[in-house]
Amino acid sequence: MASKSQTVKSGGGRLAALTTWIDDRFPMTKMWKEQVAEYYAPKNMNFWYFFGSLALMVLVIQILTGIFLTMNYKPSAAEAFGSVEYIMRDVEWGWLIRYIHSTGASAFFIVVYLHMFRALLYGSYQKPRELVWIFGMLIYFALMAEAFFGYLLPWGNMSYWGAQVIVSLFGAIPVVGDSLTEWIRGDFYISDITLNRFFALHVIAIPLVLVFLVVAHLIALHEVGSNNPDGVEIKKVKGPDGIPLDGIPFHPYYTVKDLIGVGVFLILFSLVIFYAPTMGGYFLEHANFDPANPLQTPPHIAPVWYFTPFYAILRAVPSKSLGALLMGLAVVLFVFLPWLDRGKVRSIRYRGPLFKFFLIAFAISFVVLGFLGLQPPTPLYTNLARLFSIVYFAFFLLMPWYSSVDRTKPVPTRVTYHAH
Amino acid sequence: MRTKLLALAAALLPATTFAAGGEAHLEKANIDIGNTASLQRGAANFVNYCLGCHSAKYVRYNRMAADLGLTEQQLIENLMFTGERPHDTMRIGIRADDAKRWFGVVPPDLSLIARSRGADYVYTFLHSFYADPTRPSGANNLVLPGTAMPHVLWEVQGIQDAVWEGHVDAVGNAQKHFKEFKLVTPGKLSPEEYDGFVRDTVNFLEYAAEPAQLKRRSLGFPVIAFLAFFTLLAWALKKEYWKDVK
Repeated sequence: MASKSQTVKSGGGRLAALTTWIDDRFPMTKMWKEQVAEYYAPKNMNFWYFFGSLALMVLVIQILTGIFLTMNYKPSAAEAFGSVEYIMRDVEWGWLIRYIHSTGASAFFIVVYLHMFRALLYGSYQKPRELVWIFGMLIYFALMAEAFFGYLLPWGNMSYWGAQVIVSLFGAIPVVGDSLTEWIRGDFYISDITLNRFFALHVIAIPLVLVFLVVAHLIALHEVGSNNPDGVEIKKVKGPDGIPLDGIPFHPYYTVKDLIGVGVFLILFSLVIFYAPTMGGYFLEHANFDPANPLQTPPHIAPVWYFTPFYAILRAVPSKSLGALLMGLAVVLFVFLPWLDRGKVRSIRYRGPLFKFFLIAFAISFVVLGFLGLQPPTPLYTNLARLFSIVYFAFFLLMPWYSSVDRTKPVPTRVTYHAH
Repeated sequence: MRTKLLALAAALLPATTFAAGGEAHLEKANIDIGNTASLQRGAANFVNYCLGCHSAKYVRYNRMAADLGLTEQQLIENLMFTGERPHDTMRIGIRADDAKRWFGVVPPDLSLIARSRGADYVYTFLHSFYADPTRPSGANNLVLPGTAMPHVLWEVQGIQDAVWEGHVDAVGNAQKHFKEFKLVTPGKLSPEEYDGFVRDTVNFLEYAAEPAQLKRRSLGFPVIAFLAFFTLLAWALKKEYWKDVK
């Protein structure tokens, strides 16, 4: 017995010695403590706080499946479509890897949209988290670019015409527009050259930027600390040990809690992958099972669902250049939220009726515009798109007014938490 | 702007062609991808009637045989006629420029037709040929008016006429609407048998569009069952850890 316990001790001793050896040369333990084990997060974080860690997981899933897809994909106009079918049919488990990647793209946007909505609900972008928010928005922009470049790669007919429509939007820029679109495509139309460069951007340029931005987003977050559903700053009330009274270590409390989120997410994710990988044409569009054909458009061109709210705004405006401008503005306005919001409280729990009204109106307009962007335009739909575009912009542009005059409720000094 | 107009025109196009040809509404194919006998019959129909002009260049013979429960010997004897090897894909001998000269268009590859158009489309299409002396092939199709494809299956189905009913609309233009098909020359198969023939063929095309779907659906349950168990464990673990959070 004695000898056994000694072995265990000496084993632990060797591991401890290795840790010390590394810590003398690299701040491993220090980083682990600062970022995870002694990062104090508010104990009242709710359902809405699952989507940050889920977004990180989806990023990892996309990178891993992407690596394996790259091993069999051929980025040339002659071979791209066939190589995707080769992956779907002849590569061992290729179909699964491809469906995980294609479903992952939509899942990424679902998770990120919910993550962003959480920030709107609880005022997570407000001072001092402006940079957390801005890094997050840059991640969102990079994600849009990543999705757009990736969508061309299967070289289906919807890939082709979708890219054609979106690249042609740059033609709306005065003076340089036409030369700019030519420069982006590297050709006079979407061609083999365009496909090859979009591949480079999709598999290396944008992913690098994404990973860098995610690291920056997390470092900035851990510097200021996480917000919570009460919008109360937990660092204001600390115990004698200097630890926030309402804070708990991220590990193990939130690591185990996030595992539940991971489980539920993966169940929903698997339901799509195994039973509805095309999601009725919303995740993988029917027209994209026809190879790219520069001479024939698909019956109805629409971007994938995650871009359609902005596409609906573009189509709602009669002038192309103004439409492109407003579409760009609709995306960029998010960045300015920390300064548009003049509210004295963070959380929706203590905001007044005006903010609640505008937030609900905004959420509805986002969903309705997303629906309208998927439909072929009709006079009724165009008018609806105009109406909801106005609601969408009103949320941002009127915010300095309604957030400052709103009747807010008093904010408690401590978070509300009921132990289960 | 040009592209957007093009897109708009393209979006409106199906509506106008349908209006000209009558209301082509798609019938449900009601296929069952799990029915191996139906898939085998469908494969035979496909290689006998379609593969002359349409390739299925992503479908590999021996993979198909394995998925359909056929031995390599059965595959070679029943489904391969033109000297390919079992590990080849379903290609055709017609050169594209010849096909273009004969038909006006190159017959499309059918590997993915059930995914790009849908099984219901193919099913309805194969039911919707009717005699039309104004067409070079003598046949037209309600689903794809003016199609270049001749009614290849006329011997099997027989020849049917389209019955139209007409009225004059408010602006004074004559409108005609499709009413029904009338079989004028019976084929080798009765209408019920032909329906089964088409259904088997469409079933095979549905399989051909995504051979992995047989495995995909059966894998879903064990994966989700494991994840449900994992989630339950995670929930219990969380509950245990969070006991001390007051």
